[in-house]
Amino acid sequence: MKIGVLAVQGDFAEHVAMLRSIGVEPVEVRLPEHLEGIGGLCLPGGESTAMRRLIERWGLRGPLLDFAATGAPLFGTCAGMIIMAKDIDGGEEPVLPLLDVTVHRNAFGRQLDSFEAELTVPVLGDQPIHGVFIRAPIVERVGAGVDVLASLDDGRIVAVRERNIIATAFHPELAGEPRFHRLVATMATEHQEPAEGSARRRHPTRREGLPR
Amino acid sequence: MSAETSTWTTKKGLAQMLKGGVIMDVVTAEHAKIAEDAGAVAVMALERVPADIRAAGGVARMSDPSVIESIMAAVSIPVMAKARIGHFVEAQILEALGVDYIDESEVLTPADETNHIDKHAFKVPFVCGCRNLGEALRRISEGAAMIRTKGEAGTGNIVEAVRQLRSVLAEIRRLQSMREDELFVAAKELQAPYELVRQVAADGKLPVVNFVAGGISTPADAALVMQLGAEGVFVGSGIFKSEEPARMATAIVQATTHFDDPKILADVSRGLGSPMRGLALEQIPDAERLAVRGW
Repeated sequence: MKIGVLAVQGDFAEHVAMLRSIGVEPVEVRLPEHLEGIGGLCLPGGESTAMRRLIERWGLRGPLLDFAATGAPLFGTCAGMIIMAKDIDGGEEPVLPLLDVTVHRNAFGRQLDSFEAELTVPVLGDQPIHGVFIRAPIVERVGAGVDVLASLDDGRIVAVRERNIIATAFHPELAGEPRFHRLVATMATEHQEPAEGSARRRHPTRREGLPR
Repeated sequence: MSAETSTWTTKKGLAQMLKGGVIMDVVTAEHAKIAEDAGAVAVMALERVPADIRAAGGVARMSDPSVIESIMAAVSIPVMAKARIGHFVEAQILEALGVDYIDESEVLTPADETNHIDKHAFKVPFVCGCRNLGEALRRISEGAAMIRTKGEAGTGNIVEAVRQLRSVLAEIRRLQSMREDELFVAAKELQAPYELVRQVAADGKLPVVNFVAGGISTPADAALVMQLGAEGVFVGSGIFKSEEPARMATAIVQATTHFDDPKILADVSRGLGSPMRGLALEQIPDAERLAVRGW
């Protein structure tokens, strides 16, 4: 199984290392042709304004949207969440409008407000997740088809999923937390090799039967 | 939920988010907007770019807070600012302003000839310059959460940056080749804490992000240091001392991402106008060399 990591800017090397540690072959994606043969894609943390420019300049936008439309899993952390949001607070144009949420950039403030906190993410089991939030965004609004995977104690939403798209405001790749990447790998495997004799199945943690 | 702010992970984590990117020196809010639009990952707020500091002579100090604040208000990307080496009060002021990173910088006139700032004492993270591995590890032991090689700022000449980056990486490779029992003496020779030396020998890299600064003035310069092993670049005078700053800034951003693709490098290097004029190192008297500041 190969999983791509968008490598135009940001902490892509940390995602690459995480994928390698769970036995997945990582592929750095800087140009559209690098998307060939991968079963899923991670969008790293970084500066979303810089990533936006690089995605546009090298014609990645259309191919990334096409890739998402195949049903392959995409997983964005922090800037990766902003890149995939349909609405960005403050009226910025969306980059890859894949996730029916409104995100607020730098929602906690500047670097001095960056923090670490324990989170509960029920779809990943009982063990809490150590969340590293760096100039992090939050999700201010979720659409009808979006599952909330995790919130802070004050209710602010920090992890979401809509079908094949997963996004977190924090950085599992900085916390040695492999469960999100494992989930992406599982989804990618099911997407690429649906079990013999069955129609392409929905992933067990995927919410079923909700109106779109 | 018990949230903890200003942890070591969040301090060095911000630098990790800047990797593969370009941090640009800016002196006005308009410059900062140009840098952000070009795809800079952060800006360094200054009163004068290093080439002008070099030309002006005299004592170079922290910028006026109003300059820094106007730049913080103009852009959404992180804003860094420089304090003099050892000037912990300038650093306190920058922290009070809420900058995202402090550069304890040799580009400004040092305030202390013996001690650097105790950077562990601050909530805001620091980046520090180095010329070699020993200097890098001493800065990290003082609390620097990001390292940059110094190059020779304000010259538009990449030669010092290349020398220093090669030196840091060669010394790391040398540590990796050593027996465990040889690392004690290596630490003594590097004048660096043994624990950090052992960690570098085991990991084969610095424990914090390592950028290159000082002398980058073309897309090819940026790609050169990226191919050598830099994790990102600072560009000071190279952008706003060039003929067409916006185009040069954009091209250097593209080259930093596609550093390994000569076709793209050729593409982005085309028709950029003149880069900054630049200085041969031999033209600079020893007393005006910036890289030797800090110890």
